[in-house]
Amino acid sequence: MHWIDYLRPRTLDECLDAFAEHGEAARALAGGTDLLVQMREGRRSNAVVIDVKAVEECNQLSYDDSEGLTLGAAVPCYRIYGDEAVRRHYPGLIDSVSMIGGTQIQGRASVGGNLCNASPSADAVPALIALRATCLIASSEGWRNVPVEDFCTGPGQTVLRPSEVLLALLLPPPEPGSGACYLRFIPRNEMDIAVAGAGVSVRLSGGRFADARVALAAVAPTPLLVREAGEVLKGRPVDRNALGLAGEAARAAARPISDMRGTAEYRSNLCAVLTRRALETAVQRAGGDLG
Amino acid sequence: MAMRSIHVQTTINGQPAEFLCEPRQSLLEVLRDVLRLTGTKEGCNDGNCGACTVEMDGRIVPACLVLGAEAEGARILTVEGIAEGGALHPVQAAFLEGAALQCGVCTPGFIVAAKVLLDANPDPTESEIRLWLANNLCRCTGYDKIVRSVQAAAKIRQETAA
Repeated sequence: MHWIDYLRPRTLDECLDAFAEHGEAARALAGGTDLLVQMREGRRSNAVVIDVKAVEECNQLSYDDSEGLTLGAAVPCYRIYGDEAVRRHYPGLIDSVSMIGGTQIQGRASVGGNLCNASPSADAVPALIALRATCLIASSEGWRNVPVEDFCTGPGQTVLRPSEVLLALLLPPPEPGSGACYLRFIPRNEMDIAVAGAGVSVRLSGGRFADARVALAAVAPTPLLVREAGEVLKGRPVDRNALGLAGEAARAAARPISDMRGTAEYRSNLCAVLTRRALETAVQRAGGDLG
Repeated sequence: MAMRSIHVQTTINGQPAEFLCEPRQSLLEVLRDVLRLTGTKEGCNDGNCGACTVEMDGRIVPACLVLGAEAEGARILTVEGIAEGGALHPVQAAFLEGAALQCGVCTPGFIVAAKVLLDANPDPTESEIRLWLANNLCRCTGYDKIVRSVQAAAKIRQETAA
């Protein structure tokens, strides 16, 4: 690996000062499971690594019925799936954090890092989009909040400006009658990169879809929010026909490439199937009945 | 930028330890090349194979994806620290008895990972064992002997505790 300087700020102010001072040379280190690999392979050449794990704001994991979930950007997967409140209120997020890497990777890797790495196939991101998570971004100049679906701008690229750092993801509290799910397809049981993935959330009321969100992984240059799939569900009776229509909307929105993991046609087809199946689980979790 | 080494104070295998490392050196490099604890093996060096698994603050981590500098203030356990007072840990004894190794390169990672599993879950099911160890690759044994040996180690631990 090229020479780096390693900084470990202890407070948010120290952290923001470090990012302000080093600008484009700096890269945040959380679990390191993507960053260190990329630096070793010469794919990232940042001269300064700023370890954000000692900064309290990046490490918080707290749920409140009115505020929802504050998920610090550096909180590793195992803390998330080990948290009772997250298990109870955000099973769709649990789906994704329990399938990222194996036990060792889950001991280090964070959802914030998964997002900042901006891989089109990132497993945590469709679930975050479906759950309407937003990104709390800070710099020494101030704060801003960006919806997760607007955060990634291309493979490995995000809206973060030099001197900015992602502090936390904010997830609104789940509304009554809501449910969510993330599903991916891989050709083996564990430890693989999604050929395609679908994260969905629904809110049911009186036997109909009051609201729905569908987001896809690995079928576009960025994780993809499919607004059409949500729109087609709104107001419809909760039945398998509706799920099929949402699946077709997801298929139509996908813009996949063909590569070693699958052809574009295969991936498009997976979008329809995964969306339908993820919606089935989300409906069940919302207390709905598909008959 | 000054090219400086970092002074790190940590705890390794129950003993206070300190070392100097370059900021870019991984914990794996520090363990093997600086501290000469060569029990921890380098396999893929990118987090896929699990050969360099160590326990860090109660969790298993790939030492190749931790910077040496990140060990500051941490508690690290490597395969060298698994046996207690000259007696093999039940996982080590069961691996020997069950012939759960051939070339041995993956073995330290499996032993550390299995030890931490049994600390957290003294009576895991076969599928819990396989899932926990999914980040550890073995190209010799076909895994069955490893899984059976972890089951045997669980039994030894329970009998010793009883």
